Amino acid sequence: MNDITLRVNGSERKVSVSPDTPLLWVLRDTLELSGTKFGCGAGLCGACTVHIDGDAVRSCSTPVSQVAGKSVTTIEGLSASEGLSASGLHILQAAWIAEEVPQCGYCQTGQIMSAAALLKKTPHPTDDQITQAMNGNLCRCGTYERIRKAIHWAADAANNARRETAKNRFQDEEHGNGGAQ
Amino acid sequence: MSPLSRREFVAAGVAAGAGLVIGFYLPHGASSNKESFSPNAYLRITPGNKITIVVARSEMGQGVRTALPMILAEELEADWKQIEIEQAGASTLFGDQTTGGSASIRTCWDPMRKAGAAAREMLITAAALAWGVPRSACTADSGRIRHAASGRSASYGELVIKAGTLPIPTDPPLKQSKDYKIVGQGLPRLDSPAKVTGEAVFGIDVRLPGMKHAVLSRCPVIGGKVSGFDDKESKKISGVSYVGKIGDSAVAVVANSVWSAMEGRRVLNVTWDEGSNKDLNTAAVIASLKQAASKKGASVYLAGDPAKVAGRRISAEYQSPFMAHAPMEPGNCTAHYQGTKCELWAPTQVPQDCRDSVAAAIGLDPDRVKVNVTLMGGGFGRRLEHDYAVEAALVSKAIKAPVKVIWTREDDMRFSTYRPASLHQLSAALDGSGFPVALTHRIVAPSISGQKGQPGPNNVDPDLPDEAGPVYGIPYYSIEYVMTETPVPLGWMRSVYALQAAFALESFIDELAVAAGKDPLEYRLHLLTKDQDLQYFATTWHTARMRGVLQLAAEKARWNKPLPAGHYRGIACFGCFASYMAEVVEITMENDQPRVHRVVAAVDCGQVVNPRILEQQIQGGIVYALANALRAKITIQNGRVVEGNFDDYAPLRMDETPAVEVYSVSSTEAPTGIGEPSVPPLAPALCNAIYAATKKRIRALPVLS
Repeated sequence: MNDITLRVNGSERKVSVSPDTPLLWVLRDTLELSGTKFGCGAGLCGACTVHIDGDAVRSCSTPVSQVAGKSVTTIEGLSASEGLSASGLHILQAAWIAEEVPQCGYCQTGQIMSAAALLKKTPHPTDDQITQAMNGNLCRCGTYERIRKAIHWAADAANNARRETAKNRFQDEEHGNGGAQ
Repeated sequence: MSPLSRREFVAAGVAAGAGLVIGFYLPHGASSNKESFSPNAYLRITPGNKITIVVARSEMGQGVRTALPMILAEELEADWKQIEIEQAGASTLFGDQTTGGSASIRTCWDPMRKAGAAAREMLITAAALAWGVPRSACTADSGRIRHAASGRSASYGELVIKAGTLPIPTDPPLKQSKDYKIVGQGLPRLDSPAKVTGEAVFGIDVRLPGMKHAVLSRCPVIGGKVSGFDDKESKKISGVSYVGKIGDSAVAVVANSVWSAMEGRRVLNVTWDEGSNKDLNTAAVIASLKQAASKKGASVYLAGDPAKVAGRRISAEYQSPFMAHAPMEPGNCTAHYQGTKCELWAPTQVPQDCRDSVAAAIGLDPDRVKVNVTLMGGGFGRRLEHDYAVEAALVSKAIKAPVKVIWTREDDMRFSTYRPASLHQLSAALDGSGFPVALTHRIVAPSISGQKGQPGPNNVDPDLPDEAGPVYGIPYYSIEYVMTETPVPLGWMRSVYALQAAFALESFIDELAVAAGKDPLEYRLHLLTKDQDLQYFATTWHTARMRGVLQLAAEKARWNKPLPAGHYRGIACFGCFASYMAEVVEITMENDQPRVHRVVAAVDCGQVVNPRILEQQIQGGIVYALANALRAKITIQNGRVVEGNFDDYAPLRMDETPAVEVYSVSSTEAPTGIGEPSVPPLAPALCNAIYAATKKRIRALPVLS
């Protein structure tokens, strides 16, 4: 048993567990964050995907000791970590609903975490980039093509939002300049 | 409840659900409940106008928590935005609650419609009485009763006290499909928001105060038993609180966390009595099927006597392996045994079976066992078993504390109940143009229900009535079944025997078309030219509807247009769970292996309740079926299941997933199954495409073996 401190969804958390405990079980059992799922225990299915310092990582195969002092984001903290869409959901969560992705839904939190890491690095991914980033995440309900569409939806929406923000800022500046005259 | 109940349930539903309707109006109604209006167990409306629809089937991804309430809300003339849903646990109010056999919509269609309609009629009467106006002058619309002449209107909530005093109509008028406002709409699923935020509670997420975690060490050899164990090392693992035998063939390790329990199991030393199956292997199982093939089979379907028909004969044999469901959420169940009662939180397709088997296992009356049904991370038939529930209850009883039993992926793969391996012998006698005048299909396979002690009448496995039906009106046609035995545990896996039956039959039809030098689509359409009604157990198959889906799929796939160089396609159709399905698969060959680019699917499942969910189900079924066809194979060696995780039993990933287009025939017939019918045509359509590309006929699944 060791005391290990990690930063989870923006808060410092101290846990007292055996250092070889996979991060997955610390999240689920110790911190009661059950949105991160157990699927294979061997890094084969991606249901347990979380972000560690921004990278998508399989928490079932990551000993908690390796995460000491690092920043962990789970599905529960995803929208807060990247800014909210109007509905309070991360843009990908909104996209998943819009494209009616989930069936059983069990793998989808892991899918969304993988997709979020992709969009952070590649805001407008091609089909091949999506396949490459998402191929480690299994779905037995067969939602892959809807996942692909939802990622494109989110990328387009994010780009539109960015354009919108840029346009508004431009207009605000124009307005501001006008007022100063 | 016996294992046969799944079949009985389906049969009852096909026969217009008479038994379910009787069970439906139980004295759970308004007259005994002053707090809310509840004319039947499916519906509650409070004076505060809260409308709750109870879902008495389990949600495993197929969308019942959205589609079933839509049916009731339609007849209720409710405002869909107002509807809240509640998941029923094991109950005596809803008849058989088994979720399987693609049956939820088809068996709940009438009861849910009548439940909504009865409530609507009572609310109209209540308003008419309150306002002193004729009933016929009042209408129900968007959650309100309106009286147009006076402009008066009232919400349902305002009327429930009065409505609750009225008699419940037994045969309320039902709406016509042309007036539907909710049914037929692609309404968003109600369960999606919680599933994308991580708030959704699956079985594995259940947490109780003081709850322990357990994993079980089970004998790796099928049918083996515990002869002894040494828990010294396990008890050294921090957090492990209990190690004990559970039943004859498992040892439970209980701890304060899942990881500690797993670590405790890793170092547990169990000696096994491996029993009589320690030398069993797959080759012996296949050999036993071949041996049994010469036995006389039971007749499943017979038109004329095919053996007496003369003509050129073509015969072929097909084979299919054991497969595992492998849902994403591994097996689990939470139980809290409290001496005179026990409560379960189970991700289950069979809450009532869980209740009854747990009651028997721990020595309580069934009404002392409460079963809460959680969301399921996939089912595919694996959760029609109730082993996980019994284990959890036994462990809870042993440690006198609430406990969650979790299976690892390897547990799920190696201690599953498998789709039966099967052998299929087909033979056809052809006319001068190469069309079959007679066709015989012998299915040689162990019986799932038979292994569970319920072989069904006349030695016909009780699943075959849903899954081996005749597709074509061939004049002399025989379907025979030779029931075999195997110690390998068997279970109902998505589409059950229909996967194997369609693979064999529709590959064979393709062979016949090739032998006749005819286009496989035209060949099938020729066999379906004549409108015929083929009576098969409780279902009547209409050749015209099968023709309809074939033509629709072919048209959308542009069957008559040439493909790009190197692309090939195959077609297949099948009917099961009362629905009609045709699929066109387009492939290229890369390094002698097929790559599927596009699947076009056409379905006739009667009235579509929610087209978005229909599309999800068919796309998902095809991806599942493609994984089954390409790679799914469970191997038995030395009495043990070899495959253990997603590396050696590999589902489809995104890079192998084709575009799937789904089209449905517009219909106002009563709805039929959609969860499973897309699975069976995929393997033969794929294999027929492979033949088109390579002239090589795939006679045994999986394709990539």
